[in-house]
Amino acid sequence: MSLVWLIPGLPLIGFLFHAFLGKSIVKSMGDANGKKTIGAIATGLVFASLLISVMVFMDLMKLAPADQRQYVSLLPGGSRIPWISIGSLHVYYMGIIDPLSLLMCFIVTGVGGVIHLYATGYMADDKDYPRFFTYFNLFIFFMLMLVLSENILLMFVGWEGVGLCSYLLISFWFEDVENSKAGNKAFIVNRIGDLGFSIGVMTIFAVFGTLSFYTPQGTGFLDMAAKGITPHGMLSVGAATLIALLLFMGACGKSAQFPLYVWLPDAMAGPTPVSALIHAATMVTAGVVMITRVSPLIVHSPIAMMVIACVGVFTAFYAATIAMTQNDIKKVLAYSTVSQLGYMFLGCGVGAFAAGMFHVTTHAFFKGLLFLGAGSVIHAMSGEQDMRKMGGLKDRIPVTFWTMVCAWLAISGIPPFAGFWSKDEILGSATGFPQYGMALYAVGLFTALMTAFYMTRLMMKTFWTKPRYKDEELGAHSSHGSDDSHSHDAKHHGVHESPPSMLISLVILAILSVIGGLVGIPGHNLFDKFLAPSVAPYPLKDGMPVPIGMLLGTAFGAVGIAVCVVMYNRRQETGDLLSPKEKASNALYKGSLNLWYVDSAYYKLFVTEGGKVAEFIWQGIDRALIDGIVNFVAGLLGFLSELFRRFQTGYIRAYAFVMLAGVVAVVISVLWPFLRHLHI
Amino acid sequence: MRDILTNHLLSVVIFVPLIGAIIIALLPLRNKDNGELDSSGATVVKAVAMIFAVLDFLLSLLLIPAFQSGKAGFQLQEGPYLWISRFNVHYHLGIDGISLLLILLTTFLCLLSVIYSFNIKTRLKEYMVFIMILETAMLGVFCALDLVLFYVFWESVLIPMYFLIGIWGHERRIYAAIKFFLYTFAGSVLMLLGIVFLYVHTHTFNLIELTDPRFMPYHLLMGLPARTLLYLYSAFALAFMIKVPMFPFHTWLPDAHVEAPTAGSVILAGVMLKMGVYGFLRFCIPLFPEQARNSAPLFITLAIIGIIYGAIVAAVQPDMKKLVAYSSVSHLGFVMLGIFSFTTIGMTGAVLQSVNHGVSTGMLFFMVGMMYDRKHTREIKAYGGLKRSVPILAAFFMIALFSSIGLPLTNGFIGEFTIMLGSYLSPFAGINVTALACTGIILSAIYMLWLFQRVFTGPLDKEENKKLHDLNWREKWVLAPLVVMIFWFGCYVTTWTNFLHTPVNTIMRSSGMSEASNSISQRVAKLP
Repeated sequence: MSLVWLIPGLPLIGFLFHAFLGKSIVKSMGDANGKKTIGAIATGLVFASLLISVMVFMDLMKLAPADQRQYVSLLPGGSRIPWISIGSLHVYYMGIIDPLSLLMCFIVTGVGGVIHLYATGYMADDKDYPRFFTYFNLFIFFMLMLVLSENILLMFVGWEGVGLCSYLLISFWFEDVENSKAGNKAFIVNRIGDLGFSIGVMTIFAVFGTLSFYTPQGTGFLDMAAKGITPHGMLSVGAATLIALLLFMGACGKSAQFPLYVWLPDAMAGPTPVSALIHAATMVTAGVVMITRVSPLIVHSPIAMMVIACVGVFTAFYAATIAMTQNDIKKVLAYSTVSQLGYMFLGCGVGAFAAGMFHVTTHAFFKGLLFLGAGSVIHAMSGEQDMRKMGGLKDRIPVTFWTMVCAWLAISGIPPFAGFWSKDEILGSATGFPQYGMALYAVGLFTALMTAFYMTRLMMKTFWTKPRYKDEELGAHSSHGSDDSHSHDAKHHGVHESPPSMLISLVILAILSVIGGLVGIPGHNLFDKFLAPSVAPYPLKDGMPVPIGMLLGTAFGAVGIAVCVVMYNRRQETGDLLSPKEKASNALYKGSLNLWYVDSAYYKLFVTEGGKVAEFIWQGIDRALIDGIVNFVAGLLGFLSELFRRFQTGYIRAYAFVMLAGVVAVVISVLWPFLRHLHI
Repeated sequence: MRDILTNHLLSVVIFVPLIGAIIIALLPLRNKDNGELDSSGATVVKAVAMIFAVLDFLLSLLLIPAFQSGKAGFQLQEGPYLWISRFNVHYHLGIDGISLLLILLTTFLCLLSVIYSFNIKTRLKEYMVFIMILETAMLGVFCALDLVLFYVFWESVLIPMYFLIGIWGHERRIYAAIKFFLYTFAGSVLMLLGIVFLYVHTHTFNLIELTDPRFMPYHLLMGLPARTLLYLYSAFALAFMIKVPMFPFHTWLPDAHVEAPTAGSVILAGVMLKMGVYGFLRFCIPLFPEQARNSAPLFITLAIIGIIYGAIVAAVQPDMKKLVAYSSVSHLGFVMLGIFSFTTIGMTGAVLQSVNHGVSTGMLFFMVGMMYDRKHTREIKAYGGLKRSVPILAAFFMIALFSSIGLPLTNGFIGEFTIMLGSYLSPFAGINVTALACTGIILSAIYMLWLFQRVFTGPLDKEENKKLHDLNWREKWVLAPLVVMIFWFGCYVTTWTNFLHTPVNTIMRSSGMSEASNSISQRVAKLP
């Protein structure tokens, strides 16, 4: 337990090391060796954090479930130094070790470490290699702060910190201004959500008088919420609802839920390891982690739970409709991530927080893998991301293909792959939710079919249909800006499998995607049992019997796959379901392809029109009106003084006259009270 | 010597820069025809200025051990020594924790400004003289406990700044200098009238006697008709509002900032605006508690308008310096929101944010100046892709930027969060007002990140930008201490808040608000 501070500490050391020494290492050791050293340090530190997490886990598991919440300092030597201490506001650098935080530590350092390893290969030719690992280690640090923190303000530190790293890494290839804009969009949309988060934090302070989740004395706000009390009496449903909805607004930003999801697809402008680690496996699930952390408060508000479930399931469905038609392989995966995050919130919303976290876990495996696989495909295609120009890669890059197959079956919900168990648990729980449980379930189930369809589409387009490119043309043009400075074409020609460092990562995640779900088999759900000390219990009705749910889920997934396979088999040559003519006339297709026009509407409303309003405020109000008045008053005074200057003629006679007039005026004014009574 | 340092430390801190100014002025150095000194002369001037700036900074650090943070009232008092017997004017100094922080900020920023200004060529001697006089005047403002003495320091700040803008400024410097002078002077004259009126009715200029119920003048002041007090309060408040500046009295600020030389902008934003904030905390609220309380809704409204309006206008500025200037309007809106929340957390946050703003906006102005030194333009359009040619400058700029938009673990977050928490808990504001203020934080991300995008990212397509040289040692020495302060405040603010508990509680008590704010949490807890 005394080593806990090293879990976030080691990546922080890595960050500082790379930030200050990275460049000079590359310079002094030579490009290849320097990069190897940096990559090894960055990756090694993250795995070291994983090792410590495992040790802490061993310690924690020795304790009884009731004691599985340990309070630790996040500073070296266990010191308890306050970060803020003003009035009644006290915030310490403290952490909580419990199943939830440890689970996230495993995901962040485990999957994170694997993706670090992958990145050492993927980024090998990049000239900004040290900068990449500087940001990457910093991200791990902030993410660990987020999951370990003892109070919600320190969680907000991690929350904003990962947002910062996301911004830095999306715009990593900053020379393309589009990447930079995507980074800005991500940061700004997240800040809109953070408005909710920070007001929510303030409301927590106003209601409970503390920001600590739990304290050893039982005075944390979740301690109180679990008992339904506040320092001033009972916890009202209104207060709980307000807090829950405000925090959920923050979650919508970070976890890309409707209507704040727009930044995530654009975030794919970053290097692919970034998409895998930050925008699929870890950061975007922070919203789910946060909602699960405050679950004892959430369960007090049926309205908030309903809102979370509805937003979740709608986002799942909505993003799936867009994923159906995208042509950029990373965009499909991005909308798929949005959709899967929707499932997680559906789980939280219906009170199955553990199921939501289970999906966070399996999703980290298979979605991380999908992105890494996509990166390997892009690598093989020398930077091409457009699936219309792919096809037939099955035999050319077999390791990538077979690992992708694992991930594909996992996300499509085919047993016994990982995604099946978690998705099934969420959907099963939804049927037991007292308000409109079956409706939520129906939408979720249909979305599962769509998921299977669009993922099969991705696989068909890239791996199975006939090739739609010529080997010698590959790398001749750089089709996507993001890979501008990341060109492998100097070394390789034609389709080529990725280096071992990348393939090892794929295989590790593939194994996890296959067997990772087995910890959560209904009836022997080790996962739920493990997580139980961290989440609020929520009594669900008896929903649909488990076997029927599993059967239906499998059937829908299988149907989705089958339909897609049959359809694409008929169009092996083109790899396109619709002809150009059909595409032009099909409103549904066009709507989906154009993201239902939401992004363009946002752009018009907030950027174009907002810019005009701002311009008007500056020119019309600030310069013309406000400063105009100022200058007018100044001008008036100037004019008057000009007028008065005329009196200063320089003639003694004139001065004498004015002086006399003045004296008379003064005398009259002094005598006025007396004169008034004379009644002349 | 020891006696002077123990009993007259404040005077020493205040007047050491003035001695430096006099010595520099007396140096037998003549400008050449082009207005420059020869190189050995310039070195001497720089050395003397540097010695005195460092000395004064070190002396101001001596205030920390001499200061007892738990003790109420003014400490290290000097005087009152009779100065003008006819009108009972005294030389009377003393500080509390708020003054202490602002004094440290002043000596710190002045030192950095002196280092930065080593690149000044024309009329270097006069320049350093004005900077040093300015430092003395600003320090005096934060120490004076006699209203006339305060007013004298307050006004004498204007003169060196007027010359700094008017002589070393950019194209429209004369317009900006005069506007700056007249605008702020107009406000102060009203305050002078107020001071005189106070004297006529209470026969004292002593701030302590005027604000402490144990003295007669306090009761004489409180005995004045409510309407009279309101007029007096308005006179003081208007002077301070212009200085802060609050919307709609802010238009002198962008002009002055844009035209001022870099160090002038830094001192203007970093310290001089805080004189207005200080005025509210030291004079307005303790002298006229009831009026201040009653005007809270008005000031909160103006503060919110300032936050949003300043941010929106900042977003569309084509000129980097103007953008930073308008962002100051927005940030100072936060400070005023904190003060008029009348909560302990909010007021503490306001003082912290004053210092934070000095550090982060000061740093931004330094960096804009550094870019101007390289390219001689402030037009955002002229830049682009600089991250490739000047990576270290870009990294420093990014730190300043994220501190300015309040990222956690930087100073900006502490200030903004505590202010907004105060506003949330305030009987005059609440959740809706706080949400409005929070939009300012979204807007700040928009204008700052957009600025960064246009200046530092994108292709490095302009030939002249490719050859820019990165930061030199002088520049790094200016920026590095600011970065340290950014993270010190951001990660361990307790060092500084220790000084603020007592003075903020004193102000809260004198405003009669302390009980009210305690009962607020109950009010909020009774949500539907």
